Amino acid sequence: MDQTRMNRRGFLRHGGNLVAAGTLAAALPSLVAAQGAVTVGFIYVGPRQDYGWNQSHWDAAQKIAAMDGVSVVEQENVPETAEVEKVIQSMIELDGAKVIFGTSFGYWDSLKKMAVEYPDVLFTHIGAIWKEGDPENVVGYRGYTEEAHYLCGMAAARMSKTGKLGFIGSKPLYFIYNNANGFILGAKAVNPDITCNVVITGDWNNPVREAETTNALIDQGCDVIIANVDSPKVSVETCEQRGVYSCGYHSDLGALAPNGFLTGAEWNWAAGAEFMQAFLAGEPYPNLKRGGFAEDMIALSPFGAAVPQDVRDEVMAAKQGFIDGSLILYKGPLKDNQGNVILEEGESIANSDTPFKLGVDFFVEGAIG
Amino acid sequence: MEGDAGWLSVLVAILGGAIRVSTPYLFVSLGETLTEKGGRVNLGLEGVLVMGAMTGYATAVLTGEPWFGVLVAGCAGAMLSLVHGLICSLPRVNDIAVGIALFIFGTGLAFFLGKAFINPSAPRLPSISLGGWSDVPQIRSALEINVLFLVGLALALFIAWGLRNTRWGLVLRTVGDSSEAAEALGYRVNRVRIAGTVAGGFLSGIGGSYLSLYFPGTWNEGLSSGQGLMAVTLVIFARWDPIRCFYASLLFGGATALGPALQTVGITANYYLYGAAPYFLTLGLLIYSSSRQHALAGAPGEVSISR
Repeated sequence: MDQTRMNRRGFLRHGGNLVAAGTLAAALPSLVAAQGAVTVGFIYVGPRQDYGWNQSHWDAAQKIAAMDGVSVVEQENVPETAEVEKVIQSMIELDGAKVIFGTSFGYWDSLKKMAVEYPDVLFTHIGAIWKEGDPENVVGYRGYTEEAHYLCGMAAARMSKTGKLGFIGSKPLYFIYNNANGFILGAKAVNPDITCNVVITGDWNNPVREAETTNALIDQGCDVIIANVDSPKVSVETCEQRGVYSCGYHSDLGALAPNGFLTGAEWNWAAGAEFMQAFLAGEPYPNLKRGGFAEDMIALSPFGAAVPQDVRDEVMAAKQGFIDGSLILYKGPLKDNQGNVILEEGESIANSDTPFKLGVDFFVEGAIG
Repeated sequence: MEGDAGWLSVLVAILGGAIRVSTPYLFVSLGETLTEKGGRVNLGLEGVLVMGAMTGYATAVLTGEPWFGVLVAGCAGAMLSLVHGLICSLPRVNDIAVGIALFIFGTGLAFFLGKAFINPSAPRLPSISLGGWSDVPQIRSALEINVLFLVGLALALFIAWGLRNTRWGLVLRTVGDSSEAAEALGYRVNRVRIAGTVAGGFLSGIGGSYLSLYFPGTWNEGLSSGQGLMAVTLVIFARWDPIRCFYASLLFGGATALGPALQTVGITANYYLYGAAPYFLTLGLLIYSSSRQHALAGAPGEVSISR
């Protein structure tokens, strides 16, 4: 008898192999995969039903699970430490996962490490920071949510009575700047005089400060508020309680505010299915992809009951503008809120100009804060 | 002109924030006062607070009755603190170490059991509008006061009175100041201390339910940003005096509201500093209260930090 010490994982792995070999064609795993018995693993950094970041990935997991022959395994509350490597290992070894969706930025190094160890598994990451030299079986993708914020801004400006909007950001990072700018530019497109108070909380998740900030913004007269934090639930609920409008972020928050919810900027992480299918079929796929409405990588939440039809039509027309490329987010003349000229009359930045967007560290004119 | 209105609204926002944010500090610090007056330190009140927040929210979601949630939160807090009280009654057990264990256990258990309640919305506790006399909407919203805040104020007065003027208060203080004296008088020291700890846990649990059921009024794992631990420091600053606990809680609440209030009027430089204001305040108070003149005046003699 083999006296080698065997841990639970190893035992299950070997036991599983025996069963597989005994029953069906374990020798043809790729064929099995191609025929549609694919297991996909989703790893979340927090609870998947948080009305926020994690839920946006859970939305994708549900869409992908609904695809033919795909089954999804999930693990929540996985910290951005070596812990995630153990989770990946167990998903691959025990559940036979062929694709791993790592849905938190800090998983990056672990994903790359595991990609080297498991070259026949595809790993996706949400940072879109893949570069030449990183493993080929790693993909980075991310949506231009600023386009969806532009549409939220339009609806917000149409609904605002005070002409003052509020934007709550978590950290001063490029995508928060872009989202705030999108929101303000969209608002100014329908009301050039509108202003937006911008508050950075400094934390991804600090419900007390988010609620306090929301209250402070409302006290300042802001009557439409959007929060770019891990879970905008607190902010949206506080707005509803105080009787002002709110917009969502990450996932659909409409159910939380039946009276005051306008619309929201959502991700469409299910776009990652594209890489998955190409990988499983042995076809080429890009390692890096960013896109907006045109690439179907972002989405707009269903409108709340408060939004009248003419506003809906106007917003949907702008969405069509992003899809066909007739609407440009950053175009001159454009100043930042310190009065510096960013773009001269006639200048414009393509919506797909990622290097420009990565460098955005200013708020556009109209932002207070 | 606009600047004046801005500054006034900052003051109003800080006042409103102080009232909104202070209640958990108040309940936990009152609870810790009761515990420490009996001669024990319960550092686990952060865990008790989080557990109270979770159970209160879960109960409100399941029954639709927020006040019932408050009661259940208090009971959950009392149960957790009972564990602390019982373990610390064993010989040669360090209450600080047990408290830290309880802190981690309480938060962990709350996260584990509370997973299913992150998504649903619970009914909120009602508030009382005391700002009807003013036609300034900011003042009105600042004076939307939750009943628990008023209960906390009443409790602070009641506990202050009770500790001084009732037999129960005297027994608790005796046990906390000198266990030998209490034993000589025939009181069962451990039993009194357990009672003090459990009562403290009940109050802290209620403080937690305020977080989840009123402000900010949600349950997730980042709900408490250390309010329970800060409230323990606050007790030392307040010199174990319930009335001073009330003022200190308002001060901490106002410090939390400072950052958002300033940022909304466009003062955005150094917002990390404003955000850290409550923590700076904690540090500053500890340094101040450890200076030679006022070190531990009013500290119960049996509390392990003063022995």
